[in-house]
Amino acid sequence: MKPDCFESLRNGMTVGLDRIPRVDIATFRDAVIGAVSAGERLSALFAVPEKRLDPGAAGFRLLAVLARDADGTLSVVSATVAEAYPALTPACLQAQGFEREIHEQWGLLPEGHPWLKPLRFQARYPDAAGSSAAPTIGLTDFFRLEGDEVHEVAVGPVHAGIIEPGHFRFQCHGENVYHLEISLGYQHRGVEPALVGGPDRRTLHFVETLAGDTTLGHAFAYAQVVEGLAGAKVSARAQALRGIALELERLANHTGDLGALAGDVGYLPTAAYAGRIRGDFLNLIALLCGSRFGRGMVTPGGVGFDADFYRIRELLERLDRAEKDVMTATELLWDTASVMARFENTGIVSRELCETLGLVGPAARAGGLRRDVRCDFPSGIYRFAHIPMAVLTMGDVFARAFVRRLEIQRSIEFIRNQAGSLPEGPIGQELGPLGANRLAVSLIEGWRGEICHVTLTDAQGRFAHYKVVDPSFHNWLGLAMAMRDQPISDFPLCNKSFNLSYCGHDL
Amino acid sequence: MLLNIVRARLQQKHRTMPFPSASAPVLPDRFRGLPELDVGKCSPDCRACAEACPTGAVTTRPKLTMDLGRCLFCADCAKACPHGAIRFSNQYRLAATRREDLCYDGSMHRLARALDCEARRLFGRSLKLRQVSAGGCNACEADVNVLNTPVFDLGRFGIQFVASPRHADGLLITGPVTRNMLEALKKTWEAVPAPKLVILAGACAIAGGPYRDRPEVLNGATDLFPVNLFVPGCPPHPLTILDGLLRLLGQLA
Repeated sequence: MKPDCFESLRNGMTVGLDRIPRVDIATFRDAVIGAVSAGERLSALFAVPEKRLDPGAAGFRLLAVLARDADGTLSVVSATVAEAYPALTPACLQAQGFEREIHEQWGLLPEGHPWLKPLRFQARYPDAAGSSAAPTIGLTDFFRLEGDEVHEVAVGPVHAGIIEPGHFRFQCHGENVYHLEISLGYQHRGVEPALVGGPDRRTLHFVETLAGDTTLGHAFAYAQVVEGLAGAKVSARAQALRGIALELERLANHTGDLGALAGDVGYLPTAAYAGRIRGDFLNLIALLCGSRFGRGMVTPGGVGFDADFYRIRELLERLDRAEKDVMTATELLWDTASVMARFENTGIVSRELCETLGLVGPAARAGGLRRDVRCDFPSGIYRFAHIPMAVLTMGDVFARAFVRRLEIQRSIEFIRNQAGSLPEGPIGQELGPLGANRLAVSLIEGWRGEICHVTLTDAQGRFAHYKVVDPSFHNWLGLAMAMRDQPISDFPLCNKSFNLSYCGHDL
Repeated sequence: MLLNIVRARLQQKHRTMPFPSASAPVLPDRFRGLPELDVGKCSPDCRACAEACPTGAVTTRPKLTMDLGRCLFCADCAKACPHGAIRFSNQYRLAATRREDLCYDGSMHRLARALDCEARRLFGRSLKLRQVSAGGCNACEADVNVLNTPVFDLGRFGIQFVASPRHADGLLITGPVTRNMLEALKKTWEAVPAPKLVILAGACAIAGGPYRDRPEVLNGATDLFPVNLFVPGCPPHPLTILDGLLRLLGQLA
């Protein structure tokens, strides 16, 4: 690896497009593969037609964003390719989804990709290399197992519960799953192309609904992108309020997940209590901004709603009650042998596998990886208020559950500290025009893990391209691997222990 | 061990809301429900609200009207209005029977009517619904799911979400209906035995929400099936959904 291949930047910062190194594809490959094998993560890999960056140019620009957790550095490198290039995936598994996406959207061929099938079954983009009929959703090859006592189970897209659609194909031998293949795309709404040309009056609403249960995480990441491009500085008060809201979102979802895990093993007390307490946290978000999902809370430049002394006092009082409730409700899980028997040693994803797949969030931390954007790439309030990272080593359902339990405690502590000493000052500001011909990268630790937004602006400062990487994009393959050699009846439990987003993946 | 379970049970208390026999819980003061329109404040050529609306829900000619089916309740219109003619109230009762009833000019919002006698005889005391997310962002889905928690306890009204369309009396659809979900949604609808109901929850399912007119979606399910209940919101508050369901079944006066 040649370090001079990369341009480095910090989370939330921008860099001129002319500063991004443009190397040949062989150097690009070597640099990315070398960096990932040295422990960096592929946070984003995507293609943009050259003519969007330079009207006269032909071909496509491949851009890679690498994240180095050790010192909080992001690096960018790019290469121009025509219609095909040697795939990175054979030497860098973290690229597998990104390269399928690049192929599906732009018709670029990553030669040598071992399983180049549709990712979202979306139509090619208008500027793609070559045309192709829009694929039919779900029609594709699946891995097949042959032999006696082998059978295949197909589930979805419509599932049994109130849940988003996706297709799961299990290759089973008796009760045991040899391989699970997950085929998504049913939720594809075209969020990324809808963002191109923005920001406009719809932009924030696309961002807030690209994964509705992560409204605050994605809105935060988006706000950071445009603030970086506008050169705006967010007030300390707005930063603290953003942090409080983001941790409330984490609390609501972690609590809901622990309840759902309890429900999946038939332990109803915790299931019933946690379902309700999740709502108590959502109602605290609504106390701040009127919406249980945080719609309108984070706005470019600051926050949409202030909180005075009385509102904060009510927030803290209700937080105390919710803390007591959530702790007694979830403590029952760890004390109940029948629950532990189902959680422990189920759906193990080893540390090595977590690293190879590039997993993020609680799934990675449950497998022993020290990886949390709030600690590694802190921005906003997280630069000043440190949240201790919750890391376990077992990589099983228990670890993924217990990491959430630890994070619940730490998020409550964080909110208490921040709300108890809110800095004075304004909460918002009008942003100036966005910088032209720049690239911005923004990372946020959402409740599922790293949210990455990357945008490139054109000569007018509009979005020439907008790339969203939801944590689910990295983690779906982790779920598939967790199911290897597991009884198929453990699928709901493993699935819930990841609780990934369909719409965040499908965009 | 057992003592812990009993202690936890006592601490968690009885939390099911008395609604609808007593009044609904107080919603947060910043909750954005039914808008209040003060048309008298509008100046003739002002279109600030319509220009700010992300979904084209607001029109100013011939007079200020809001399509609650398209509305995201973001209040961008209220913020843009220089005259203070739009204010979002705390009123959560929003569900309507007909699509056109969601076009609201500030005078009267026509709430959902009960099903006819025969349909109420069939569904009034036992309604089984199959939920289909067709591109929903998981916010509508989550706040439908909440109705199953002890707080709302949907079961006490005889309403239940079931795992198979064959066991269902109707569909509750969320999401703008992506092209990739169209076939699965139609097949699910066909699998529900007649007579059947269709309920649309959220701005996406009613009119496409923020994704309206994007090529990847079909602007919701309003034109795909005969619809019995429209529940506006982005997402609708659980109380809004519950209120709509109970009105549909004639369980609310």
